[in-house]
Amino acid sequence: MTALLSRQAACIYWMGRYIERAENLARILDVNETYSRDSRGGQNWRSIVELYNDNNRFDKVYDDYGDENVLRFYVLENRNPSSLVSAVQSARENARTLRPLISTEMWVHMNVFSNWIRGTREEDLREGRLSRLCMQVRQECQAHTGITEGTFYRDESWYFYQLGRMIERADQTTRLLDVKYHMLLPSLHDVGSALDVSQWNALLRSAAGYHAFRRVHPTGFAVPNVVAFLLFNDAFPRSVHASISQFESQLTELRQKFQLKGGANALDELDELRAVLNNSSVDVIMSRGLHEFLDWTQQRIISVGNKLSADFFS
Amino acid sequence: MSTLVNKNLENLFSDYQSNDFYCELFGNSQKGLRPDTQAIIERLSKLDPERLRQRSQDAERELYNLGITFTVYTQRDVIDRILPFDVLPRVIDAADWQKIESGVTQRVRAINHFLHDIYHEGKILKDGIVPNELIVGNPNYRPEMRGLQVPHGTYVHVSGIDIVRGDDGHFRVLEDNARTPSGVSYVVENRHLMQRAFPDLMEGTGIEPVSNYGQKLHEALVEVAPAHAPHPHVVLLSPGSYNSAYFEHIFLAREMGVSLVEGRDLVVENSRVFMKTIRGLVPVDVIYRRLNDDFLDPLAFNSESLLGCAGLMEAYARGNVTLANAVGTGVADDKAVYAYMPRIIRYYLDEDPILDNVETHICREAEGLQYTLDHLDELVVKPVGEAGGYGITVGPKASREELESCRASLLEKPDNYISQPMINLSVCPTLSDDGIMPRHVDLRPFAVTGKETWVLPGGLTRVALRPGSIIVNSSQGGGSKDTWVLRSSQG
Repeated sequence: MTALLSRQAACIYWMGRYIERAENLARILDVNETYSRDSRGGQNWRSIVELYNDNNRFDKVYDDYGDENVLRFYVLENRNPSSLVSAVQSARENARTLRPLISTEMWVHMNVFSNWIRGTREEDLREGRLSRLCMQVRQECQAHTGITEGTFYRDESWYFYQLGRMIERADQTTRLLDVKYHMLLPSLHDVGSALDVSQWNALLRSAAGYHAFRRVHPTGFAVPNVVAFLLFNDAFPRSVHASISQFESQLTELRQKFQLKGGANALDELDELRAVLNNSSVDVIMSRGLHEFLDWTQQRIISVGNKLSADFFS
Repeated sequence: MSTLVNKNLENLFSDYQSNDFYCELFGNSQKGLRPDTQAIIERLSKLDPERLRQRSQDAERELYNLGITFTVYTQRDVIDRILPFDVLPRVIDAADWQKIESGVTQRVRAINHFLHDIYHEGKILKDGIVPNELIVGNPNYRPEMRGLQVPHGTYVHVSGIDIVRGDDGHFRVLEDNARTPSGVSYVVENRHLMQRAFPDLMEGTGIEPVSNYGQKLHEALVEVAPAHAPHPHVVLLSPGSYNSAYFEHIFLAREMGVSLVEGRDLVVENSRVFMKTIRGLVPVDVIYRRLNDDFLDPLAFNSESLLGCAGLMEAYARGNVTLANAVGTGVADDKAVYAYMPRIIRYYLDEDPILDNVETHICREAEGLQYTLDHLDELVVKPVGEAGGYGITVGPKASREELESCRASLLEKPDNYISQPMINLSVCPTLSDDGIMPRHVDLRPFAVTGKETWVLPGGLTRVALRPGSIIVNSSQGGGSKDTWVLRSSQG
């Protein structure tokens, strides 16, 4: 067996990240669309740009933060490398480079997916249609991961694919939480109101976590419980903690199974993040500022990615 | 032609006329039916045209979904396009194949002898068989290769010899491709596509398989590894995903089970080549390179190139790595050298060529020049130094002015030209919007050489999809067909 090229390891890691990113972006757009149609109406789409720190990039392409512009920027815009179209195209380009490694079924689906999304038009973004588009993106992403799970040969490249997906998922779940908590915070007296509860509900649903949450908390609905669920719950696959744990165990297994020296620094970095996640209470986090905590978590995740890259991808 | 097919039944070929061209399925009207293809013709005849069209569309969609594309460069961006696929196969009977196979093998042997000679003693030049200045002054001649030994004397490991069939039913070599010939991936993929689209058609027909190409290629590359490598590590070197043949590079790496590397994945240390992996540097012994000489090593050749790997030639010259094909093989597939190929075969092998060249007049020779000048309006005059069809004068289609200008160029620089008669390429029944129509085809069989030469039983049949066109080139509206070589037990 020949060893995996560094460049290919990076490619497969990023392919995993791009698809996970597309799925989560579709979730975030969907939940924001839900908010924008709630009783207060007129939700500001600008918050999405701020959520992703994309202001500079956005300003280069568009003059104003109108809803249509923001939506176009995140769905169709080729000049935005994080748009749905770009993310899927990038995944497809990486897949093309990885054709010697990935399964034919993965490749065919990736082609079908990217051909479909390239056919998306302005009118698909209009009210009432966006949700359908986002649903289809999520389904294609899940089809991709299902096909990959069922057909991808389990050598080193499989592990890099998983690492990419898990690190992206952890990052994106922090952003999903941030949409609600930081950007969409109702005025103080709205907290706990029917509107507030319905928004948290929508957020849980967009993370595919509503029913799971209900199993943990059959009655009542407290905001700290939702936050704790998305941050800490070990059994919910999209929680930050579950994603990080997956990342860690995959990286450990990769190192052991293939006797690789690299990856130790990423694991060290991860230790700190995991310790904080294990030992923090949601009440303390919320009293100190959830947004700040999420921001810190994102910084740690970036740092883990950089250490992984330094060891394996260069 | 219609008299040759079954008149009693309405069938797929009822309205098919091959006109005066040699037909790859039916033969030609003077010589009568080809016995070996009868069983296939009967089977094809029963196909319903509508069903054929439906399956053809299914196949095209599958190609699209599989992303089996070649890349077309335009000014601003790069577009992936699909090589159009025609569902009616081109059939080669056992006798014809035997001739092609032995002819190609002979040609490859002669080319390897020739390359060894011109990079060592140069006997053929001293004996005046091939003009010295044609070789040493050739832009594809690499002085770096002088005196360098290559394992088993094999310079050309992979070759694609372009063959056409004329009115008389004889195969003739049109061109030798001894650098990095493309297209073998379509041979194998077309077959897989046919097997999925027409399992009923192919069942029990005794067609030679083509799916072991990757395995055969890998075996040959292992055979030519440097002696120091007990378990040779083979890689395929590609210019990257923007190259027009990238799909093929992927295909071959997959079929061989080797890494598909780019120049940036390689590094040379102490004259040994390594690739960068997640476990550090891993030594490389054999490189099937799909990169032209110019781009291989910025230290040795084009210093601007970022596609290759610095120090590669040094490692190669020391025998630490094998390059397939060897450096400097382009001199053997040059148009001017092509004209001498029959003489080259006789010189080294003391045999007559099994496959003739297309009759070629060498204008640097007095006799050839005189003949060309006397028959200008019947001949195709080609400059030898130009690539891509530039500067060709097609006598029968040229105006008086064009002929005169051609005559002047010939007289001014006769060395620069060869001339050939117009060839009426053979045709194959092909599915078109107007039904089953004759379309011109050529054939590129692929030969793999390690210690010995093996020819893949099949080859790329390119088909000109426009009525009457003889341009089979993929960038100009050509497509491809599955090529069926019948087993000798058949017929």
